[in-house]
Amino acid sequence: MPGFQNLKENTLTYFEFLNEHGVTLLLGTVTTVKVLVCSMILYVIISMIFGLMRLSKNRAIQGIATVYIEFFRGTSLLVQLFWAYYVLPFFGISLEAFTAGVVALGLNFGAYGAEIVRAGILAVPRGQWEAAHALNFTPAKRIKRIIIPQIFPIILPPAANLTVELLKATALVALVTVVDLTFEAKQINSITWLSAQCFGTALLIYYIIARFALVPFLRWLEVLAARKVGKERI
Amino acid sequence: MQMGWRWDFTFEILPQMAIATLNTILAAGVGYAIALVVGLFFLLGQKTPFKIVNWINREIVEFIRSTPLLIQLFFVYFVLPQFGITLSAWVCGMITIGLHFGTYLSEVYRGALEGVPKSQWEACRALNFSTIYTYRRIVLPQAFPIAIPGMGNYLVGIFKDTPLLSTIGVAELFHAATAVGGYNYRYLEPYTLVGIIFLTLSIPAAMWVRKLENDVNKAQGKIKK
Repeated sequence: MPGFQNLKENTLTYFEFLNEHGVTLLLGTVTTVKVLVCSMILYVIISMIFGLMRLSKNRAIQGIATVYIEFFRGTSLLVQLFWAYYVLPFFGISLEAFTAGVVALGLNFGAYGAEIVRAGILAVPRGQWEAAHALNFTPAKRIKRIIIPQIFPIILPPAANLTVELLKATALVALVTVVDLTFEAKQINSITWLSAQCFGTALLIYYIIARFALVPFLRWLEVLAARKVGKERI
Repeated sequence: MQMGWRWDFTFEILPQMAIATLNTILAAGVGYAIALVVGLFFLLGQKTPFKIVNWINREIVEFIRSTPLLIQLFFVYFVLPQFGITLSAWVCGMITIGLHFGTYLSEVYRGALEGVPKSQWEACRALNFSTIYTYRRIVLPQAFPIAIPGMGNYLVGIFKDTPLLSTIGVAELFHAATAVGGYNYRYLEPYTLVGIIFLTLSIPAAMWVRKLENDVNKAQGKIKK
């Protein structure tokens, strides 16, 4: 077994391993972060739009949103990803791997996010709607100025969980040939057979991104949102 | 190569896909069963009176929860042989899914236990019930309904994550679709079929979970009938 022998030869060479492959893994990490940021922006926009559509009084708009949400929540992300990358070209739409990955992630998580937004809007007290109505705000202004600012403290905690899930899901884009952290780890593994080192390092990097960058950022957003509506968090 | 949807090809591959679907359901079921048990162990780790055990347990849970299942699969599949443990792809997949979702389920269990009012414990203490008796007859029967929606959600979640198993060579639905697609050089029908099969299985499952959730809320008086 080549892996076993290699491990024996290379014990205590983790620093050498990092020295040799660290840069490659870091470059992969940059791509992972890029995918994360792009799909995050996309999913936030989509969930806002479809969350509002889901609450529309117009049956057709509501129906479209429901079908979208059920469809993307009902199928596997990997299937959607492969569909976007391998099947869309059949219809004459060839997406680059990166674009296909971001679009699939954005659409998938947008469906979950839309449900969060919907629940958040429903959680805004009825009196706020009535007050806005009484003050003769237009429907658009009611949503934009009164309701939306108040939903952030409600939706941010579940959205933070979803965003960590998104970070984990970005690993899947490696399977449609996006050269991200997972892809690089797999590549290095197939060259060196130092599986413990490369996958272990990849796991650590994901963990560090989640624990020391993404989660603190999301907590900061939560505090900001709470302050904005005058609810200091304890 | 003929463009557009080909029905003859669809029907040709349908039996193969149906068999693979059974594999997917089996994988989800076995993975879920393992996750249910693993979740209990993580819960126990949280409930021990030793601070250090609690801390280690929490860090492990945090680590597993914030790293991708895909790399965990690779890790288990490629690293264990380095230490002389060679397991089949099926076993590796089941272990990883069990561990990964076990951490989530332990949170569901914890939430459910915390959902039982403290006064219940105090009443049992007053009646001089033993801890085990309190759990068995008073707390668990009340905690279980609270846990049901979360548990159901993760069953659907595991089902939707089984395609990842194809990356280490477990012959489930997605693996079959990729194989069929590669063999015939047509990915349109196989992948679309996979999507349709997933939809037809997971939407009823999700609706059933939602109904359960509603029933539980009603039974607890959170929603008026």
